[in-house]
Amino acid sequence: MGNLSDLFKQDIRFKEALKACMNCGICTAICPAAEFFPYDPRSICDIVQRDDDETIEKLLRSDTIWYCGQCMSCKTRCPRGNVPGEVINVLRKISQELGYNNDCPEGRKQKEIMQGVGVNILKIGYCVHPDTVDPKMHPEQGPIWAWYVEHIKDIAPRLGANYNGDGPGALRKIRQENLDEIRKIFEVTGGMDLREKVMNDKE
Amino acid sequence: MAKYYWNEYQKTIADDKYFYERSCIRQTFFPGSETAFLRIVREELGKDIYDEMNQHTCTGIGYHADVVPLETTMTVVARLFSLMKDAGYTNYVPSCVTSFGVFSEMVEIWNHQPETLEKTRDYLRKATGREFDIPLNLVHPSDIIYKYRFELKDKMKYALVNRFTGKPLQVVEHIGCHYAKIFPEKGVGKAEFPHVLAGMIEAWGGEVVDYPERRHCCGFGFRHYLLQSNRGYSIANTKKKFESMEPFEPDFIVANCPGCTMFMDKWQYTIAEMEHKTYDKDGYGIPVLTYEEMAGLLLGYNPWELGLQLHQVQSEILLDKIGIPYDPKEKYKAADGRILPKPERPNNLLV
Repeated sequence: MGNLSDLFKQDIRFKEALKACMNCGICTAICPAAEFFPYDPRSICDIVQRDDDETIEKLLRSDTIWYCGQCMSCKTRCPRGNVPGEVINVLRKISQELGYNNDCPEGRKQKEIMQGVGVNILKIGYCVHPDTVDPKMHPEQGPIWAWYVEHIKDIAPRLGANYNGDGPGALRKIRQENLDEIRKIFEVTGGMDLREKVMNDKE
Repeated sequence: MAKYYWNEYQKTIADDKYFYERSCIRQTFFPGSETAFLRIVREELGKDIYDEMNQHTCTGIGYHADVVPLETTMTVVARLFSLMKDAGYTNYVPSCVTSFGVFSEMVEIWNHQPETLEKTRDYLRKATGREFDIPLNLVHPSDIIYKYRFELKDKMKYALVNRFTGKPLQVVEHIGCHYAKIFPEKGVGKAEFPHVLAGMIEAWGGEVVDYPERRHCCGFGFRHYLLQSNRGYSIANTKKKFESMEPFEPDFIVANCPGCTMFMDKWQYTIAEMEHKTYDKDGYGIPVLTYEEMAGLLLGYNPWELGLQLHQVQSEILLDKIGIPYDPKEKYKAADGRILPKPERPNNLLV
């Protein structure tokens, strides 16, 4: 058994996510990502089960592990109760910890996500917020979204929202003491380490 | 017999005293829906539901986009549970379907591997000095509306019936993947025959459209939508669903996940602008409602206070079919009564 295999087996999710895959391929049949990308969750489970470090390292350095869309439809249909989508979470975690994600275009995009959602969580207290969905960067949101963002201070109260206000309610401002606790949790649990790793790794 | 399979799969839904947790996506795109849900629970059902001001994200989008580690998400979830404990509640109700999946996953891990629960308690104490309890009941708000669908029906002013033909409206229901695909036993009807929205539609007079890609993902794809370069994945999956439902001519779509509602609304606009294609006969698109909006409309709530004007696919044709009155002049009104300038019109999608 090689070192990389040991590494992902240490992740608590791995015990639940992959018991004994019989390679039936039903996960690939139901997978939305397999329809859109050159992606095959069945073969990923096959590689992971082989305990062959050379093949696993190749996988960790490839675009392949970044194609899954995390819908978890594979979980519902697997006759063995495996979760290929969660195996992917473990592989992505290790790929980022080792810096292997920088060897492929899809893996390098993690920096962009970290700069978006990763920053939003720490600064706003939410992954997504109207102030962060810029209509120029989101043309698919259409003219009504642009209209809403432009007039949000006038519209939000009519919908019962408390936009950037104090107290409870939708879109309220998250108080600094709550943001401080979230940041402290990130520091204590490895969230800031991952952030630093992804942002500072040389490509 | 298939339509009765869901009867075998019921879940426990607490009957009162809920701790509500807001959603990143629902409060961003559909804040009126969260307001409507609280109003329905408090005013129509007479239940106690608590809206905590110190709550925050569960980090679910970051977790599934792999920029937040498991241990971090687990401890952020624990902090949210500590707020519930401090407020004296035990029934946790997260507005978002992704959050519902995240909370279910964390509780499952804690139950299967108790050492992770102790580790999370240590992390939370070290970071915040807080203590937490695992909720006794964890349900999605759509579960609560489902549970009380017949009580709500008695209060409703309108039904899901086409007043011009007298026939039931044809409704596509879309269940967010993380409601039951990860933990089927956590969803009403499980994953293959989820009944949480179908039960509302049937109770309120409509008919559910059973189309081939009914269970296909809306296409969010977490990292794939967050990355501008990968959004083709998202729209391609939505398009697959619309092509599959088109022959059934649905009157509207209802979803229990805020992301799915937003994507199925906005991608119709994008497809219309890119390909001059809409999936209704007349070029207006198919309205996509949240379940709170569907319930609120039938209860007689003002469509513009529910926030239907924030949807890119407009709903007036649907309101006319049901017979819900609305004032077009009020649609673009500000909270202080001023009339705001109208949004730009799309090039192809009719509004």
